[in-house]
Amino acid sequence: MDWGTLQAVLGGVNKHSTSIGKIWLTVLFIFRIMILVVAAERVWGDEQQDFVCNTLQPGCRNVCYDHFFPISHIRLWALQLIFVSTPALLVAMHVAYTRHEKKRRFRNGEKIDLEELKNEKVHIRGPLWWTYTSSIFFRIVFEAVFMYVFYYMYDGYQMPRLVKCNAWPCPNIVDCFVSRPTEKTTFTIFMLAVSGICMMLNLAELCYLVMKVCMKESRKTT
Amino acid sequence: MSWGFLRDLLSGVNKYSTGIGRIWIAVVFIFRLLVYIAAAENIWKYEHDEFECNIKQPGCENVCFDHFFPVSHIRLWALQLIMVSTPSLLVVFHVAYRENREKHHNQKLYKSPGELDGGLLCTYLISLILKTGFEIVFLVLFYKLYNGFKVPRLVKCDIRPCPNTVDCYISKPTEKMIFLYFLLATSCLCIVLNLSELSYLVFKYSIKCYLKRHIKKRQ
Repeated sequence: MDWGTLQAVLGGVNKHSTSIGKIWLTVLFIFRIMILVVAAERVWGDEQQDFVCNTLQPGCRNVCYDHFFPISHIRLWALQLIFVSTPALLVAMHVAYTRHEKKRRFRNGEKIDLEELKNEKVHIRGPLWWTYTSSIFFRIVFEAVFMYVFYYMYDGYQMPRLVKCNAWPCPNIVDCFVSRPTEKTTFTIFMLAVSGICMMLNLAELCYLVMKVCMKESRKTT
Repeated sequence: MSWGFLRDLLSGVNKYSTGIGRIWIAVVFIFRLLVYIAAAENIWKYEHDEFECNIKQPGCENVCFDHFFPVSHIRLWALQLIMVSTPSLLVVFHVAYRENREKHHNQKLYKSPGELDGGLLCTYLISLILKTGFEIVFLVLFYKLYNGFKVPRLVKCDIRPCPNTVDCYISKPTEKMIFLYFLLATSCLCIVLNLSELSYLVFKYSIKCYLKRHIKKRQ
């Protein structure tokens, strides 16, 4: 049980997405989840062990680490991925509910082809359009919130080499050195860039859906 | 044998659940199980190695750690996930029993073995009550064992062989606290979902029962 289950669920949603939605899913899987699991986790793996402070005072390192990293980058990214993927489930639930309703009507006597029902491509119209659009809106909001939280918590996106700490029980101002700062900065900027791309894709998809409906409405009136 | 088993179990239960039940399963999968495996497990991974006391006395750190963490947060979390998912097995067993009976008697005994009525409804309601019970028990256990959901930075320890009162520092207290609050929030959400499902089912079937009796009386 790991990211594979999320991948299976999101793969199911893929069938009912627009083309931009499919591109978004691919970017999410390859450039975010895979990079997180394969590379980023290794880079942050030894973060507290290799966080070294220029003091022998026991406890100073623990306290300084906790002060400068209230919540690790890697955990924030994992949470961001989970929250950003969740709105897609709303769409999956809506499609499942629609299918369930159709099956119920079939059982009550209406003639519906079961095979066709299973393989039917669900068009994004009506209530499903609203569900899909709200899911994209929530995705954008979650991305923005997490990007802001990162910026606010770590004063930007750069990982410093040296932090100065004077939390008790450190005797005076103590120099503490972060492990692999350059590699961490590289990955942070990479994840930031990919978040930005995902946000752009979501905005484009939102505009596309809205324009599609507007054009339909204008065709109806003319 | 790992969390995959739990995932398969819950997926199996999905077929026989109500709408709220399916939302509960989604919440447990994504916001509890996935967060546990992808994020929380690693925070507590080196908790003993990184627990540091301001003393060189051998054995003092071990004794203090054991005193302040009788059962680690992460183990309680895992136990909670397992215990909370297990009552769903009752429903799976009951449906399997019904299907077996139909096979044995070689005739259709039920409208549909997975339909929530009669005995299966009782089993489902019992499983909901058990789930809610376990959630509450574990939350109370967390609260009692750790004096709330706060993780302090510093604990003072004076158990033998520590010579005097010694300062001991816990690693990553803020991160642990954030995830414990997350655990608390998702547990409460699951309790609310279970209670709403319980009330919905009780309400629906009492109305059904009442209407049946009313129609019978008229006839």
